[in-house]
Amino acid sequence: MFRLEPRASAPLLWQVVTPLLAVLATIIVGGALFAAMGFDPVASIRTIFWDPLFGPAAGYSRPQLLVKAGPLILIASGLALGFRAGIWNIGAEGQYIIGAISGAAVALAAYPLEAHWIFPAMILAGAAGGWAWGMIPAMLRNWFGASEILVSLMLVYVAQRIAAWMAFGPMKNPEGFNFPGSRNLQQYESASNPELIANSGLHWGGVAAVLALAATWFIMSRHILGFHIRTAGAAPRAARFAGVRPERLVALCLGVSGALAGLAGLFEVAGPGGQITESFGSGYGFTAIIVAFLGRLHPLGILLAGLLLALTYIGGELAQMMLNLPAATVQVFQGMLLFFLLGFDILTRYRIRRRA
Amino acid sequence: MKRRTLLGSAAALMASSALPAFAQEEKLKVGFIYVGPVGDGGWTYQHDLARQAIEKEYGDRIETTYIESVPEGADAERALTQLALAGNKLIFATSFGFMDAVINVAKKFPDVKFEHATGYKRAENVATYDARFYEGRAVLGTIAGRMTKSNKIGYIGSFPIPEVIQGINSAYIHAKKVNPDVEMKVVWAYTWFDPAKEADAAAALIAEGVDVFMQHTDSTAPLAKAQEAGAFGFGQASDMTNFAPKPRVASIIDNWSPYYIKRVGEALDGTWKSHGVWLGIGDGEVVIGDITEAVPPEVKEEALALRDKIASGEYHPFTGPLNKQDGSAWLAEGQTASDEELASLNFYVEGITAPMPK
Repeated sequence: MFRLEPRASAPLLWQVVTPLLAVLATIIVGGALFAAMGFDPVASIRTIFWDPLFGPAAGYSRPQLLVKAGPLILIASGLALGFRAGIWNIGAEGQYIIGAISGAAVALAAYPLEAHWIFPAMILAGAAGGWAWGMIPAMLRNWFGASEILVSLMLVYVAQRIAAWMAFGPMKNPEGFNFPGSRNLQQYESASNPELIANSGLHWGGVAAVLALAATWFIMSRHILGFHIRTAGAAPRAARFAGVRPERLVALCLGVSGALAGLAGLFEVAGPGGQITESFGSGYGFTAIIVAFLGRLHPLGILLAGLLLALTYIGGELAQMMLNLPAATVQVFQGMLLFFLLGFDILTRYRIRRRA
Repeated sequence: MKRRTLLGSAAALMASSALPAFAQEEKLKVGFIYVGPVGDGGWTYQHDLARQAIEKEYGDRIETTYIESVPEGADAERALTQLALAGNKLIFATSFGFMDAVINVAKKFPDVKFEHATGYKRAENVATYDARFYEGRAVLGTIAGRMTKSNKIGYIGSFPIPEVIQGINSAYIHAKKVNPDVEMKVVWAYTWFDPAKEADAAAALIAEGVDVFMQHTDSTAPLAKAQEAGAFGFGQASDMTNFAPKPRVASIIDNWSPYYIKRVGEALDGTWKSHGVWLGIGDGEVVIGDITEAVPPEVKEEALALRDKIASGEYHPFTGPLNKQDGSAWLAEGQTASDEELASLNFYVEGITAPMPK
């Protein structure tokens, strides 16, 4: 009766309308789910989407959106570069952890010295740590043809174990009664990454996220490198003829996305997180993959997607607290949103035709 | 119309004159943040039972809310702040890893009282509370030492922190007391709750010849493995009676209700003060669940006798002579371990051959 016909290009109108449709569908189906569970659907939806922005405690939750969205956007903007080139860094979570550990190592080595060079040195170390962790899958792919998807993912688990080792071993707080976890960097002035403006939620990580978005936008739309990345992703063979060296591109994309993930980890450990613990990685690296795709690998889209995910996260917490909605229900709701976003995506890439 | 205004103003008058009394009867909002889901069947489940217990105890005088599955770190700080902003005046944070977040938020809300489980940082408005799980482990160790046929007992560790090390040592010391040939195998799962990893840890122990093991992780997966292999295990944190009479032959239960009821009562009548407490079997905070008929009656009797001796304070599970794993002296004859020492315990006692993870 109906059939799907691929579109030559995705019209701008549909690119804008489909996310709105997806949010609407989520509200309807999610509301029905809440109602079926005996919760007031209108109040639930309002608590998740409205209250974090305009509710009674919005003065606190609005800045928290930035705290939560910052690392997601920073990581996702790096990942998007590689994803456009068909280079799949699934291990940003590991690069995030290693970046945090490298940066914290500088701080803990300098403790208790107070000096201006410490924080910049931590930033460099964080980026270098993430970059190095990203270069492992890059080199293994270039030298041995190993899949960067598997290698980068596996390295996440290695990084998590290193974090546990650090928390229990070399980085353990000597004044911490033998409990795991490093010193809290929030209490070490030269190494801390506090809010730049009080109650804004904005710390250096947020600034870095905006810079990263601007830089990736510039690279993708104005620089020859962006052309190489797009060509390599769309037509790998053609890219070779156009003078793209795939090895270089692999190293560059994994290195850059690793460095940005490492930075995100560093800003988190020096700021809101405060210390290296065995559970330091709390999933930002994985969620950022969703953010990258949700934002259609475009800087502006990533910005909005990062904020949207942060909103559902914080709204979900509020809903748990104010309405006693179970955490699992909130997660189903978040999953539903992604499902509909990807599902409605079909409308941008295909048109529906009536079969003759 | 007139009557209604009259009634209305009378009510207003009464309300204003009785304001202090009413203020006292204003509902106390009590908040909880949990590290796991309330349905974990273990650690968080038990804390939530205690939350329900205070609701039952104080009824309309209080109102409780909880946020479950809160990751430790920045998210915990936000969840705590949200609870405080929502008007909760007493907040229970039920995981060690919430410690710094609790301290940070407590500074911003001096009129909110915080109770932090298993931590060591306190403040004017931050109290800590913990349970002497090692007392219960002594009883389980006794049963394990008697029940093993292979003379190999096992322990699924979560993380090598003092609380868990205390448990391993206590279980081993008391198993060895009733069975000098006993050997202790330890496998670290590096998680508090992950059924798949816990099942793997149990399988590893069983493969090494262990036929009775204890767990310091919260799911029932190890018991399911024990069932397949015909080994024995114990309920952890919660009673886990679904696996009785075997493989679950007994259990160590965290019972937070008495403490929560007491502290909410103190918050209600204005006598709440910050403190750090460590409660055990004698206080009803650590409970030994029903010992099933799979355990011979004389062993059950022996275990219960030990439990009662610990409860009455007649016996301390860490009583010398005890040496450290490397053979150096720790406790002299009759000497008992101090709380400070136990709170930072980082070595095994002599006889445990497993290496201490670093």
